[in-house]
Amino acid sequence: MTSATSRPSPRAGQESEARDAKPGTRPKPAPPAGAPVRLTGAQSLVRSLEAVGVEVVFGIPGGTILPAYDPLLDSTKVRHILVRHEQGAGHAATGYAQATGKVGVCMATSGPGATNLVTPLADANMDSVPVVAITGQQTRALIGTDAFQEADICGITMPITKHNFLVTDPADIPAAIAEAFHLASTGRPGPVLVDIPKDVLQEQTAFVWPPEMQLPGYRPTLRPHGKQVREAARLMMSARRPVLYVGGGVIKAKAAEQLKTLAELTGIPVVTTLMARGAFPDSHAQHLGMPGMHGSVAAVAAMQRSDLLIALGARFDDRVTGKLDSFAPDAQVVHADIDPAEISKNRKADVPIVGDCAEIINELIAAVKAEIDREGERKYDAWWTQIEAWRDTYPPGFDWPTDGALAPQYVIERIGSLVGPDALYTAGVGQHQMWAAQFIGYEKPGTWINSGGLGTMGFAVPAAMGAKFAYPDKQVWAIDGDGCFQMTNQELATCAIEGAPIKVAVINNGNLGMVRQWQNLFYAERYSSTDLGTHAHRIPDFVLLAESMGCAGLRCDSKEDVDDVIKKAMDINDRPVVIDFIVGKDAQVWPMVAAGTGNDEIMAARGIRPLFEDDEV
Amino acid sequence: MSTHTLSVLTENKPGVLARVAGLFSRRGFNIESLAVGPTENPEVSRMTIVVAVEDLPLEQVTKQLNKLVNVIKIVELDPQISVQRELLLVKVRADATVRSQVLEAVQLFRAKVVDVSPEALTIEATGTADKINALLRMLEPYGVRELVQSGMVAVGRGAKSITATSTR
Repeated sequence: MTSATSRPSPRAGQESEARDAKPGTRPKPAPPAGAPVRLTGAQSLVRSLEAVGVEVVFGIPGGTILPAYDPLLDSTKVRHILVRHEQGAGHAATGYAQATGKVGVCMATSGPGATNLVTPLADANMDSVPVVAITGQQTRALIGTDAFQEADICGITMPITKHNFLVTDPADIPAAIAEAFHLASTGRPGPVLVDIPKDVLQEQTAFVWPPEMQLPGYRPTLRPHGKQVREAARLMMSARRPVLYVGGGVIKAKAAEQLKTLAELTGIPVVTTLMARGAFPDSHAQHLGMPGMHGSVAAVAAMQRSDLLIALGARFDDRVTGKLDSFAPDAQVVHADIDPAEISKNRKADVPIVGDCAEIINELIAAVKAEIDREGERKYDAWWTQIEAWRDTYPPGFDWPTDGALAPQYVIERIGSLVGPDALYTAGVGQHQMWAAQFIGYEKPGTWINSGGLGTMGFAVPAAMGAKFAYPDKQVWAIDGDGCFQMTNQELATCAIEGAPIKVAVINNGNLGMVRQWQNLFYAERYSSTDLGTHAHRIPDFVLLAESMGCAGLRCDSKEDVDDVIKKAMDINDRPVVIDFIVGKDAQVWPMVAAGTGNDEIMAARGIRPLFEDDEV
Repeated sequence: MSTHTLSVLTENKPGVLARVAGLFSRRGFNIESLAVGPTENPEVSRMTIVVAVEDLPLEQVTKQLNKLVNVIKIVELDPQISVQRELLLVKVRADATVRSQVLEAVQLFRAKVVDVSPEALTIEATGTADKINALLRMLEPYGVRELVQSGMVAVGRGAKSITATSTR
């Protein structure tokens, strides 16, 4: 895989020679460890970023961060991507991090530049994504005086970051960067913001690498407690209706292989949450799909009827559990997570296990093997018979609109089939996101990138851009809605100019579809402020919009053309592609557990409620 | 609901109090009293936080506090085996006709008069919340003009100590 830093941009045409060089061909100019070098705070910052291995920074310069952009121009290791809005920089960093597992980096100036990062930081915080944001700040003497473009970004982002720093001494820059990257990427990952006043960037200082990190209060637990693991294994072998409830932590811990081994060793059914799609192959016979509000009937029913949930890197989010007091009423809970605060936060754990998911699963495999040696293999035949019945009766599917319109689910299913499981997929938030989670088959971790916890509309395009810079040779498809697309499509200009030929499938139903679905179901079909006019007036015309931003614009409104237009988009690789899929506005996301109700109330489709009562194993 | 006293050792850095206070408010936990000050180690501050919560939320409070990078250590102090003190400064109306009665109350509670004027006495008292409240009940009839009170500070009894380094 070529790295983004070495990828010649097809559109820019003015790449420096240094950027075209293959990484590794140039000896690392890092100074000998411990020897101080005199330079400015800004140079120290760029040297620190190089030293921690940053390849790409997404950002926009401005008054207070200007000093940092000067040495950035000379860096042969760090490529800066000039985005069009700081929110795009933040989501791009998140997309990059979700695709690679490495820390994504974004940069902005003080005041509005920094506050524009608030949404992506909150997003990364909810989804535990390792992101480092570097912001300029007003000079030290002006802090607190309501100076031009001053905002207390450390104060503002305190509740939405894992940690943040205000650097008041240029000598502290290397340590702050080292600590920020360490905090962002270890333990439960998350965003860290480093705020640096302009005069701190300008001052002369000594640069020493590696710096000494001082984090006396930060000691994440990685190794699980052996006794708890053995107890979990014992419960797994004695349960009659166990379910492996897999969350995003398994992907963060790079534990997909171990999970497959554990699942196949035990024969226990697996569900993968929205954040964990791809952690376990969708094609695997033991995979029941996604649990939760729009999960598969089999996944939701299996959890409801389970007598043992083995939660791995999952957090019992309300979108998974539905009404908490009726969630999986008969289940004992094994809860494994790296964050002790998640354990017993929402659902009391009978066997809590704190540690890194990869280590936990490895030890579980060993403990289960020991149980099998002692007690013999377990089969969950009756349980599987029950599950197969749910699967057969309520397979995933959709109905075609009666008005002859194109079914959005069909479009997304065809994209998944034609583009395949090696590509990366991002999504915005809403109906198209749920359909993309349901109708695309994910086989590998890191191939599904979306905004789960915060539910950030507009996530898809900038996240796809970030993922594309991480993996220039992979296809990156943004499945977007017409509402979401209008929030962040300006980054298509960045993609076109900086050479990130992503594909954007706008699932254009002319409406804020998910809100409209709720108005249809719960507000007596009173459609208040959900019609965007993208159908009625074709404003904006997404094809023209795409072309004006240097992208190819395609449109499709009939079933017959869907495959052709997808193939056409796959063949265009010199610029981004936007496909305006005109789809019916009345399509709905099913199955559904209405908000505030219990998971037993799941509706497989409108008016169809599976009856679980007589299904006892 | 029960009251718990948490001794929280933190790094002595700007913004730590805001982080702790913000955590309590955004997670919906109530602080009954909070006192912050330096410790024997200049790099470490100690907060004594009194919270009124059920047992399960208390576990959440502690775990969430522990997630703050600047928080080094948290110990719950059992009132039975710890010394707990609050400081009270109270200005009581006390002209010549009642001054001796007020002074008697001050003596009874082993409090101190720290300022005198013809119309008022300012009294300093330290003790547990119970003692402070009892003194205030005695003084109220004379007219409390102004009252200021610290958060509780507490320390475990015996030779064992809570220090930042003992965890490492």
